[in-house]
Amino acid sequence: MDFNFTEEQLMIQSAAKDFAQRELLEGVTERDDKAIFPAEQIKKLAELGFLGMMVDPKYDGGGMDAVSYVLAMEEISKIDSAAAVVMSVNNSLVCWGLETYGTEEQKEKYLKPLARGEKIGAYLLSEPEAGSDATSQRTTAEDKGDHYILNGTKNWITNANCASTYLVVAQTNPEKKHKGINVFIVDKNSPGISLGPHENKMGMRSSDTHSVMFTDVKVPKENRIGEDGFGFSFAMKTLEGGRIGIASQALGIASGAFERAVKYSKERKAFGTEICNHEVVAFKLADMAVKIENARNLCLKAAWLKDQHLPYGTASAMAKKYAADIAMEVTTEAVQIHGGYGYVKEYHVERLMREAKLTQIYEGTSEIQNIIISRAVLKD
Amino acid sequence: MIKILVCISNVPDTTTKIKFIENNKTIDNNGTQWIINPWDELALTRVLDIKDASNGNVEVVTVAHVGLVDSEPTIRKALAMGADNGIRINATAKDSYSVATQLAEVIKQNSFDVIVCGIDSSDFNNASVGGMLSELLDIPSVSSVSNLEIGQDKVSVKREIDGGYETISTTLPFIAIVQKGIAKDARIPSMRGIMTARTKVLQVVEGIQVDSFVEYVDYELPAAKSSCKKINPDNVKELITLLHNEAKVI
Repeated sequence: MDFNFTEEQLMIQSAAKDFAQRELLEGVTERDDKAIFPAEQIKKLAELGFLGMMVDPKYDGGGMDAVSYVLAMEEISKIDSAAAVVMSVNNSLVCWGLETYGTEEQKEKYLKPLARGEKIGAYLLSEPEAGSDATSQRTTAEDKGDHYILNGTKNWITNANCASTYLVVAQTNPEKKHKGINVFIVDKNSPGISLGPHENKMGMRSSDTHSVMFTDVKVPKENRIGEDGFGFSFAMKTLEGGRIGIASQALGIASGAFERAVKYSKERKAFGTEICNHEVVAFKLADMAVKIENARNLCLKAAWLKDQHLPYGTASAMAKKYAADIAMEVTTEAVQIHGGYGYVKEYHVERLMREAKLTQIYEGTSEIQNIIISRAVLKD
Repeated sequence: MIKILVCISNVPDTTTKIKFIENNKTIDNNGTQWIINPWDELALTRVLDIKDASNGNVEVVTVAHVGLVDSEPTIRKALAMGADNGIRINATAKDSYSVATQLAEVIKQNSFDVIVCGIDSSDFNNASVGGMLSELLDIPSVSSVSNLEIGQDKVSVKREIDGGYETISTTLPFIAIVQKGIAKDARIPSMRGIMTARTKVLQVVEGIQVDSFVEYVDYELPAAKSSCKKINPDNVKELITLLHNEAKVI
């Protein structure tokens, strides 16, 4: 078994690390504090090809594997997980969904600009009354023959404002329950779409999050992805890959906090020596290191399975559940190691701790991951 | 149509812990992470920016390196950044003279209008290859260049001097020996650049026989930093005594 990365994977990791240090680190605290979207930074991220990493070059993407994606996501997330979530949604949910299930016409028109980073995508599934229970869609898509009419509200939508292309999940045939759900490509500027105010969040505050309201929004029939009733399956399949992105984001949050904690422990003195020489701190760091290594291995295994075209849904659920949970643990300990300094914004770890919490919630809560994993292990 | 060559060297990553083996006569390269020499990386960045803005006037950017096969990832990083092709001169980089001689031999067999070298390298800090190349090839060079502009058939460089800058124009072919400031930050390779680096030509040329002028007889690490002595601000006499007797600076 070869645990080494290829030359290309290492170059991608290095490029992501350099970008994060050079373009994202400066101002990250202020952007989080004031909830300022990193528009300029995202533009540069897009120009380097980070928003369409795994898309086939024939659709203007990078043609990279999922392992490279995990490496890049970790490095970006160490510094700015709000920028990382733009990458995750665009790569894992929107681009992958379109490339896997879209028609050639849909790919030509919508996937290529997304892969090139000229446009950003958003993924609209959650609703005020439908989060974990994605089958309870209340947004409707009425079939009018050559088009659909969309009505309803979507909640907690990442990239809602900066995106140009929405993938919207909506109920067309309620009597068929989840088999009556469809997914549509919707131009954000379509008449009838309006956005709620920017959500005032606990963490990832500079990530662009809004509710999105649809009032009689007309969508051409050719913008439906897949056959009639495919929407729920589409959602479940895309979220399997989305979990790899969020797991990698959680991993980056954890490893970023850990690196800061190690550095601080080598500098801060107490009782006559650097605090890393006190076992109580050294053992905390050891525990954190093991958790991060485990999370990284789970992320890479899920990515590797995806690259091998093997089933990866359970693996990605394990990676997301574990990485999110340890991100919460590791960032909490990182704040503790920093003591009073860990409680102030200047030292970054309090921000990372606030960011870790969301990874346990979005794109499938840790509880939903438990359902997925337990069903897999209990299957005959 | 201008052809530019950027000479790059392969140096240990700056976080590498240096160790010696074979009786302190050799540096232990086991486990070393290798990177493009930072000065050369900035040189390449500036050249690529010039090419991008040249509307086709700069036809091709080549990178050349003297080293063995394990240095090819470094050349591919340069290709990923945007260089069009690479040349690896298969020889050990023994000292500055041998490196310059190997490069000169290859340059004579090709036709480059502008050759760009970093002024120094972060491993041996000899700051000699660019100047030696100029002598070996008998072409003009300017050192300490912090600004480089390439026109149709004219080059303009700026370099720092005491109290200001000197602007020099020269004809081609020409060597620019560049310092930090030639570009603000090294170019980050794009995803497409990384994935297409292997599709670009990396020519391997056998090195010629050349003796080095320098023999490295021994390596040693600098003395470990001693701990800081704190002196009471009221005790100036003790400070003066220590500065005179221990630090020997007054």
